Amino acid sequence: MKIIVCIKQVPDTAEVRINPETNTLVRDGVPSIINPYDLHALEAGLRLKEQVGGTVTALTMGPPQAEEALREAISMGADDAVLLTDRAFAGADTLATAYALSRAARKVGFDLILCGKQAIDGDTAQVGPEMAELLGIPHIAYVKGLVGFSVEGVRVQRLMEDGYDIVESPLPVLLTVVKELNEPRLPSLKGKMRARKAEIRRLTREDIGAEEERVGLKGSPTQVRRIFAPETRKERKMLTGTAEEQVTRLVEELKSLKCI
Amino acid sequence: MRIVVDPEKCTGCEACLSSCPYDAIVMKGDKAFINEYCQFCRACLEVCPEGAIKEREEEAPVGGPGGFRGVWVFAEQRGGRVADVAFELLGAGRRLADARGVELSAVLFGGGSEEARRLIHWGADRVYHAESPVFEHFNDEPYVALLERLVSEYRPEIVLAGATPMGRSFFPRVAARLGTGLTADCTSLEIDPDTGNLLQIRPAFGGNIMATILCPRHRPQMATVRPRVMKKGVPDEEREGEVIEVKADGITSRTSVIETIKEVSEARVNLQEADVIVAGGRGLGGPEGFRMLEELAKVLGGAVGASRAAVDEGWMPYSHQVGQTGQTVCPRLYIACGISGAVQHLVGMQSSDIIVAINKNPEAPIFDVANYGIVGDVHEVVPALIKRIKEVKGI
Repeated sequence: MKIIVCIKQVPDTAEVRINPETNTLVRDGVPSIINPYDLHALEAGLRLKEQVGGTVTALTMGPPQAEEALREAISMGADDAVLLTDRAFAGADTLATAYALSRAARKVGFDLILCGKQAIDGDTAQVGPEMAELLGIPHIAYVKGLVGFSVEGVRVQRLMEDGYDIVESPLPVLLTVVKELNEPRLPSLKGKMRARKAEIRRLTREDIGAEEERVGLKGSPTQVRRIFAPETRKERKMLTGTAEEQVTRLVEELKSLKCI
Repeated sequence: MRIVVDPEKCTGCEACLSSCPYDAIVMKGDKAFINEYCQFCRACLEVCPEGAIKEREEEAPVGGPGGFRGVWVFAEQRGGRVADVAFELLGAGRRLADARGVELSAVLFGGGSEEARRLIHWGADRVYHAESPVFEHFNDEPYVALLERLVSEYRPEIVLAGATPMGRSFFPRVAARLGTGLTADCTSLEIDPDTGNLLQIRPAFGGNIMATILCPRHRPQMATVRPRVMKKGVPDEEREGEVIEVKADGITSRTSVIETIKEVSEARVNLQEADVIVAGGRGLGGPEGFRMLEELAKVLGGAVGASRAAVDEGWMPYSHQVGQTGQTVCPRLYIACGISGAVQHLVGMQSSDIIVAINKNPEAPIFDVANYGIVGDVHEVVPALIKRIKEVKGI
């Protein structure tokens, strides 16, 4: 069983703030982490490998320093890791990213691809399904439980708005997973030592045979026009006086708005 | 948009290097250089003492690709009933179609012809409707195959779906098959009056920032839209339109749904449907604070919500959580009690019609999104509010 787990190195967004005056991100000393959903994908891959045998390859596209994230994946138990890195991948949107990753996955070979449901910086949840489409394989998104697995296929619980579905798919398949799926393990000491020495395989655009027109900014149909701070309400009224006075005033206002 | 360093102005002071969250600024010789890992976050712009780092607008194409016309809304159905988000999309889609001077169409797979007619009442000029056993349950591939077939045949310029588990699962595949762009989870959509392009506005970084996304060179422009953010129109049963029955011949699925399990908590339903939500945060000090909110909710005929902090403390169950990792709500009135207003909370409630914030810290960010602010102790203000409302209502 060849399992690829796609991971992304992201800034820890819980600590990212925007400066409303300059409209820029304030990110002093915010650490880079593996996207939290991807850790659940990795855990799922490792557990499957333990059950049915095979290999787990961690795959990421990113700058050279994303190697750090791949080493962390190895320290958790991934067998090897592939870093897709090339200047040509500059400014890729989800489609261009999915294209490059799909080419890399083809090169590496797989029976199963696991991804986190989305990355916490972009929050798009698009790269996984787009990758499956470009690979011509089925996908199941929002997997919260893995209930069956064999060489023929998988049976999973898929989270929906009003509950969940039990869904089956033949292999190869791509799954995107949610946090309910499992509890990711911590790196072991042995794993950390192995990670330190591990050789990370690097692939460029040429290595994966990706068309120049389909990667990076050139291959991205969407463009970021502008980034800004979330809006605030301009018509805000701060009430004053004692608690009773404020409350009386508030109730009058709400009555006039027919809220009460 | 791109961020570039003006080599004439750069003095090589390296002040910008540590400002970049993506380590996308490197030194090339004695000048800073922004490499391919730039995510356009603009963190570096203000840092440069020389003003050498600038945004550069890409040249906007005029008119956009030709031959694409009309706004489409994908109307999702579960168990034969069109989901609410479809009516919200029709509300938004109607506005966009009118701005472009084009027709609004809805696409419905399954659901029956009654539901198809209902989409016309809610604003569609035309409905493409397909009935087939493959649409009995949701599997991605048949949805992708038929929608792609219809889009390729009729060539709409804009195609929208709800950012629901279903929409967010199959829409990316449609976009990838069409080779066009897709913007996820939009909270606002506008037509650029100069170019006619769709301006797609969405939160990123967990709601810490907003971004405007364009898809200038490809058609259709595709977006998923966050549920309960767009306003529905008003249904008109007299409204006329055309239902076009389309065939789903030769469409198969490799995945199959074995079983569907409904699992919706009462609290979740109450929050979604409530006209009034009274929500509490860490400032309540403990679970007993929520008893007080329950009483306030009762006199207002509303439901009780909670911030993540309160849920993490174990004061309220997760099913009541409002925010990025909980539910997005859009009531007529939202009263935030002892909630400081972390961005992750704000993104889940800021499209409420009227927001009242009660907090003892006048600097709390919740006041930035509030229509009415009361600086004070919730344990004093809330009981007074309950008393006053009871008096007004005569109960």
